[in-house]
Amino acid sequence: MTRDKGLRPVFLAAVLAALLVVLCLLSIALGALNIPLDQVVRALFGHPESTRVENVIWSVRIPRTALGLAAGAALGLSGALMQALTRNPLADPGVLGVSAGASFAIVLSVAVLGVGSVLGYIWFAFAGALVASVLVYLLGGLGRSGQTPVKLALAGVAVTSLVTSLTSAIALTDPDALNRYRFWNAGSLADRDGGVVLQVLPFLIVGAVLALSSAPALNSLALGDDVAASLGRRLGLVRLQGVAAVTLLTGGAVVAIGPVVFVGLVVPHVARVLAQQAGIGPDHRWLLPLSAVLAPCLVLTADVIGRLVVRPSEIQAGVLVAFIGAPFFIALVRRRRLAEV
Amino acid sequence: MSTTSPDLRASGLRLAYDDRLIVDDLDLAVPPGRVTAIVGANACGKSTLLRALARLLTPRGGAVRLDGRALQSVPTRELAQRLGILPQSPVAPEGLTVIDLVSRGRSPHQTWWRQWSEADERAVAGALAATGLTGLADRLVDELSGGQRQRAWIAMAVAQGTEVLLLDEPTTYLDLAHQIDVLDLVADLNRRENRTVVMVLHDLNQACRYADHVVAMKSGRIVAEGAPADVITAQSVEEVFDLRCQVMRDPVSGTPLVIPMGRHHDGAAQETADGGAEVRAGR
Amino acid sequence: MTPSPSVLTGSSRHTFRLAVPPVSGVLRPRLVAVCVTLAVGAFLVFCWGVAIGDYPVDLADVMKALAGSGDPGTLLVVRELRLPRAMVGLLAGVAFALSGALFQTMTRNPLASPDMIGIIEGAGTAVVAGIVLGWDGGLSTQALGLLGALATALLVYLLAWRRGTTGYRIVLVGIGVAWMCTSATDFLMARGGRFQAQAALGWLVGNLNGRDWAQVGPLAVTMAALVPAALLLGRWMRTLQLGDDLATGLGTPVQRVRLALLLVGVGLIAFATAAAGPVAFVALAAPQIAQRLAGTAWPPLVASGLTGALVVLSADLIARTLIPGTELPVGIVTGVLGAPVLLWLLIRANRAGSGG
Repeated sequence: MTRDKGLRPVFLAAVLAALLVVLCLLSIALGALNIPLDQVVRALFGHPESTRVENVIWSVRIPRTALGLAAGAALGLSGALMQALTRNPLADPGVLGVSAGASFAIVLSVAVLGVGSVLGYIWFAFAGALVASVLVYLLGGLGRSGQTPVKLALAGVAVTSLVTSLTSAIALTDPDALNRYRFWNAGSLADRDGGVVLQVLPFLIVGAVLALSSAPALNSLALGDDVAASLGRRLGLVRLQGVAAVTLLTGGAVVAIGPVVFVGLVVPHVARVLAQQAGIGPDHRWLLPLSAVLAPCLVLTADVIGRLVVRPSEIQAGVLVAFIGAPFFIALVRRRRLAEV
Repeated sequence: MSTTSPDLRASGLRLAYDDRLIVDDLDLAVPPGRVTAIVGANACGKSTLLRALARLLTPRGGAVRLDGRALQSVPTRELAQRLGILPQSPVAPEGLTVIDLVSRGRSPHQTWWRQWSEADERAVAGALAATGLTGLADRLVDELSGGQRQRAWIAMAVAQGTEVLLLDEPTTYLDLAHQIDVLDLVADLNRRENRTVVMVLHDLNQACRYADHVVAMKSGRIVAEGAPADVITAQSVEEVFDLRCQVMRDPVSGTPLVIPMGRHHDGAAQETADGGAEVRAGR
Repeated sequence: MTPSPSVLTGSSRHTFRLAVPPVSGVLRPRLVAVCVTLAVGAFLVFCWGVAIGDYPVDLADVMKALAGSGDPGTLLVVRELRLPRAMVGLLAGVAFALSGALFQTMTRNPLASPDMIGIIEGAGTAVVAGIVLGWDGGLSTQALGLLGALATALLVYLLAWRRGTTGYRIVLVGIGVAWMCTSATDFLMARGGRFQAQAALGWLVGNLNGRDWAQVGPLAVTMAALVPAALLLGRWMRTLQLGDDLATGLGTPVQRVRLALLLVGVGLIAFATAAAGPVAFVALAAPQIAQRLAGTAWPPLVASGLTGALVVLSADLIARTLIPGTELPVGIVTGVLGAPVLLWLLIRANRAGSGG
C-alpha cells in the first residue's frame, strides 16, 4: 500500500473540495423554486435575474447552505472526536445522547426560562451537552468490564430517553413551545431566527480549533491509555480538551439545526476508508479535516433531496440523514465483531 | 463414584469458524478414567477441539461420539449429565454466592418443580468439601481470591456429577501456588472418583506431571499422543512449539521436564551446582 | 464425609423438600418478604388510585366495591370508570417490568431494556402515522401500536440474525432501528397540524387517561399466557447468566431459550405499550430496583413485576394529584423519576467497586 497506488492525499482533498462546492451550488439552486445554475452564479456575483430570485437566494438558500456547512462540519468533527476519545466505532453525538442533552437545555431555557436570543440559549446548550456527555460516560462504564461500545450505546439511549421525557413534559404543558419545537426537533436547516449561523460560528470555530489541535494526541490515544501515557500524553488534558471541543461543536450544531443523529457516526467511517485508499492510514491529522469536509456533503445532500421529493413541502434533513445513517449503522454492527456485552 | 467407563472419541473431525478451517480430519480417543492434557502453541486448535468434544461447536465434518452415539444425537439434558465443561475465564454475575454458583451445576438433574432434591444437596455438599470451600459457601464469588474462585467453578463442575470433565486452561491467570492447587484438585477428582478429565494446558511441565495421556497439536493436527515421557521429547517440542530445548527427568515427579534454550541460554558448558545433572555442551 | 445440611443453609437461603407432592426448592426469606411487601403496597396504591377523583370514594368502600357489594352509584364509578384505568396501570406495570427483567437477564446487561431496541419506537411511529396521516385502516390506536411494535420487533430480529443471534447484536441493531423510527416520528410530528401533534405527544409519553375495558381485555388475556411462560423460563435464566458456553454445558437449550425469552419479552412489552403507550423507564428501572431490594444476583421475576406495578400505579397517583386541575400523563412522572434512579444505579455501582 504505497503512496503510488490509489488516490494521493492532495488529489483526494481536491476532489472533496470540488464536491463540496458543487453541493453548495446545488443547495442554492434546487428547491421549491428551481433556479438554473447559471442564474445562481450570476446572482452570487451581484447580477441577479430578478428580485424574487435574489430574495430566495440570499434570504433562504444561502442561510440554509451556510447552516448545513457549519453544523455539518461541526457534527462530523464531533463524531470523529468522540469515536477517538471513547475508542468506540459506534460513537456519535446523537447516539450518545449529547445532542439530546443540548436540545433539552435549549427547550428548557426558551420555553420555561424565557431566554430569547441565540447568544442566550447557546450557553444552555453547552451546559446540556456537557452534562449529558458526563452522564453517558459514567453510565457506560458501569459494571465489571468497563466501557464497551454496547454499554456506551445503551447509556446513550437511556440518557436520551430521560431527556426526551423531560422535554415532552415541557412541551405538553406549553402548546406553543411544542409547536415551535417540533420543527426544529426534526433536524431542519430552515433558518428560523435569521442569522443563526453567524452567531454560532465563533463557538464552532473555537471548538474546531480545539478538535484539530488534539489530533496528534488522539493518534496516541488510539493505542490505549497506558501506551499513550508512556508516550508522554497527558491523558486528563487530552480528554478535557476533547470534551470541551465536543461540547462546543455539538451544542453549536444543535442550536443551529436541531438534534441530528448519525452524521457523526457515518462520516468518520467513510473518512477512514478514504484515508486508507489514499495510503494515509488512521491518522487523525487527516481524519478530522476529512470528516469536517465530508459531513456537510452528507447534510447538504440530505437537505436537497428532502426539498425535492415532496415539493412544495419538505422532509427535514435530519430525518433523511437518519434514514441513510441507520442502515449504515446496522450494516456496521452486522459486520464487525464488537466486544461482547 | 462412577463405575462406568465413558468412551469419548472423535473421528475424521473437521472444525471451522466461519470460513477459517481450524482442524481437519482429526481422530482422538479419550482414554477413560485418565487425565488427558492437550498441549500446543497458540491457535493450534486445542481449545477448538475441546469445545467440539463438549458439543459447543458443530463439526463441519466427521463426528464426536460418546459410547458410540454421535454427540449431536444425544439429548442436551442427558449429555449435560455425562459431560461437563468449564470454559476459559468464566464470569459470574455480580453478587452471586459460592453456594449459589455451585448449585447451578445441578441444573441438568433438576426439574422446575424439583429444585433441591437429596441428591442435589449431597452433590453440592460433596463438591464444596472436595474443593475445600465449605467454609466459604456464603461468600460472594467476586470477593474470593483467584485460586479460590477457580476452585468454586471447579466445584460447580464437580457438583454436576459428570463422568467426563473438560477444562479449558484451568490455570491461566492464576499464580503458581494456585495453579498447583487447582491441578492437585483435578488429580484428586480423577483418582478418587474415577472421573475422566481432558484439559487444555499451556504449561508443558504441568501437563507432563499431571496427565496420564498427552496430546500435542500443531496447526489443527495431532502431532503426537501418548504417555508424557513418550510424547514430550526435545525433538517433538521443537516440532510443535518451534522451541529448542533439553528434556530431562523432573527430580520431584519423575516426569519429563522441558528446559527451553534461547539465544542467551543455549546450553553451552557451564559450572554445575554440586549434585546437579551435568549440562551437555550446546551446539 | 458429607457435612451436615445446616452448613449449606446460610441466612440468605433456606431449602425445603416435600415428599408428596415431590416438590423441593430453595427459599430466600428476604425475597419472599420483599414480594409480600410489594404486593401489599401495590394493592394499597391500587385502591387509593381508585378512590380519588372528582367523586371521592372511601378506601373501605373501594374494597367493598371490588368485591361486588355497596351502593350502585359507587359501584358504577369504581367498576366502569376507575377500575379499568387502574387495571391497565397494574397490568402494564407488571408487563413492562417483567419484559425488562427478561431482556436484562438475556443480555447480561442492566442497561439493556426492551424499550430501547426499537419496539416501542415502532409502536410510536405507527400510532403517530395514524393520527397525522390518517393511515389507520380503521384500527384503534391500541391495535396500531401493537402492530407497529410487533412489526418492528420482527424487523430488528431479522436484521440482527446472522447464523443465529447474540444479545449484543439484537441490542445494537435495535438501537439503530429505534433511531430510524424516532426520526420518522419526528418528521410526522413536524408535518402534522398543531392539534394532531399534541394528541400524538399525549400518546407518545405514556398515558393512562381515558383507558377503559377495551384496553384491559387484550392485555389481560396475553399476560395470562405470557406471565406463566416467563416464570417457567426463570429456571433457564439462571444458567444463561453464566454465559452461553456454560449454559449449554449445563444442559440449557440456549438458542431456544433465548428465542423464547425474546418472544415472551417482546409480547409483553408490545401489548403493554399498545394499552398504555410507552411508559418511560419502568422496564429499565423496576428490575434493578427489585434486584437491589431482594439482594439477589439477578433481577427476580415476581419481585420485578410487582415493583413495576407499584411504580406505575404510584406514578399515576402522583401524576393525577401533583397539579390540581390537570391530569399529567403517567409517563412524564416515570420519565422525570428516571433521572434519580439512573444516578442511584451509578452511585451504587461505584460504591460496590464495580464501576469500570
